[in-house]
Amino acid sequence: MPWDRNQMAERAGKELQDGFYVNLGIGIPTLVSNYIPEGMDVTLQSENGMLGMGPFPTEAELDADVINAGKQTITELDRTSYFSSADSFGMIRGGHINLAILGAMEVAENGDLANWMIPGKLVKGMGGAMDLVAGVERVVVIMDHTSKHGDSKLLKSCTLPLTGTAVVDRIITNLGVFDVVDGGLKIVELAPEVTEQDVRAATEAALV
Amino acid sequence: MAKKVYESAASALEGVLSNGMSIAAGGFGLCGIPENLLEAIKQAATKDLTFYSNNAGVDDFGIGILLQTKQVKKMVSSYVGENAEFMRQYLSGELELEFNPQGTLAERLRAGGAGIPGFYTKTGVGTVIAEGKEHKDFDGETYILEKGIRADLAIVKAWKGDEQGNLIYRKTARNFNPLCATSGKVTIAEVEEIVPTGSLDPDLIHTPGIFVQRIVQGQHEKRIEQRTLRVA
Repeated sequence: MPWDRNQMAERAGKELQDGFYVNLGIGIPTLVSNYIPEGMDVTLQSENGMLGMGPFPTEAELDADVINAGKQTITELDRTSYFSSADSFGMIRGGHINLAILGAMEVAENGDLANWMIPGKLVKGMGGAMDLVAGVERVVVIMDHTSKHGDSKLLKSCTLPLTGTAVVDRIITNLGVFDVVDGGLKIVELAPEVTEQDVRAATEAALV
Repeated sequence: MAKKVYESAASALEGVLSNGMSIAAGGFGLCGIPENLLEAIKQAATKDLTFYSNNAGVDDFGIGILLQTKQVKKMVSSYVGENAEFMRQYLSGELELEFNPQGTLAERLRAGGAGIPGFYTKTGVGTVIAEGKEHKDFDGETYILEKGIRADLAIVKAWKGDEQGNLIYRKTARNFNPLCATSGKVTIAEVEEIVPTGSLDPDLIHTPGIFVQRIVQGQHEKRIEQRTLRVA
């Protein structure tokens, strides 16, 4: 059975390592914070200017001056630090963040990523996505393997405007886990009861 | 010593506004935006403004209020969702839009304010952002040239400020504010509280007063865009 949103986030939790500084994108990646393995020390960065993000607040803790990159209210922790957006992207662009987990619309077999714009549709902007994929040490994306119409989102080359070129290291979809390697994508793991046959049928990108 | 403290946002803006000018505005979403100064710019009816601001507010708050009155000619931003009037004006061609990656926008403001006219970054290489920009390789990696920003006016919001214009921001409301403060030919700060000179710890000041020409105490709604609570 393919993974659901929470199972994909849970699988992405296994990408975390003790001591990591991590940036989680909006959507399913945000759910990964629910699956930080017990006892593991992970610090979450929010690109508007906060290191050490805590959980959402209670009514009593609500503070308009403490928000995450998705503009949601959050809380601080003992370890928290605040800084300007220039310092924040210095951390990101300068390679100081260990891991970014992001959503995607399309990924190509060479690691090209498209996740910010669909021409002709509502254009909202890339926010910090281009900086994150350019600067963060390791980029993992979480996405549905296919569109609602069943078309592969893991492609030979992206059709949408790119966020970055050859930037994705690992892809977690509802069907499994895939690494970007020389010549294409390598199956690392399959969701329960999903076969390699199923994956091949649902994938346009080369599987090596 | 010239007096920097003004009685109202309107008086703080006197003599600095002109049609067609560029304004760098601090804030991320609705967090840490100079809401009093934006309202005063609306009242002043200054037109054809170019805004350097990460976001464009929502329909009835932040820069959104200046979109409703059609005072904005161009936005330079990284993300402009959450604003229906913005989309309407953009799609109908009334409003120019230049997308900058968030970190590039932050660094452009920082660089401009620091006297650095351009810098190379790997953000956006191989994307539409890189089109028409100079490319240069350093140690086998490709970077693009981005330009620093000097704005005619910067408007920022801080938590506390003193009579010298020294500013302290609060939590994630800092965001783009210190960068905008340095990038303005004139910078006006609105603060929640003006305190006497000498009462802020000099070691904890985020923006030294040299970057701030005018300061005003405001009333802040501090609207929350995504009120998200945890289930207790």
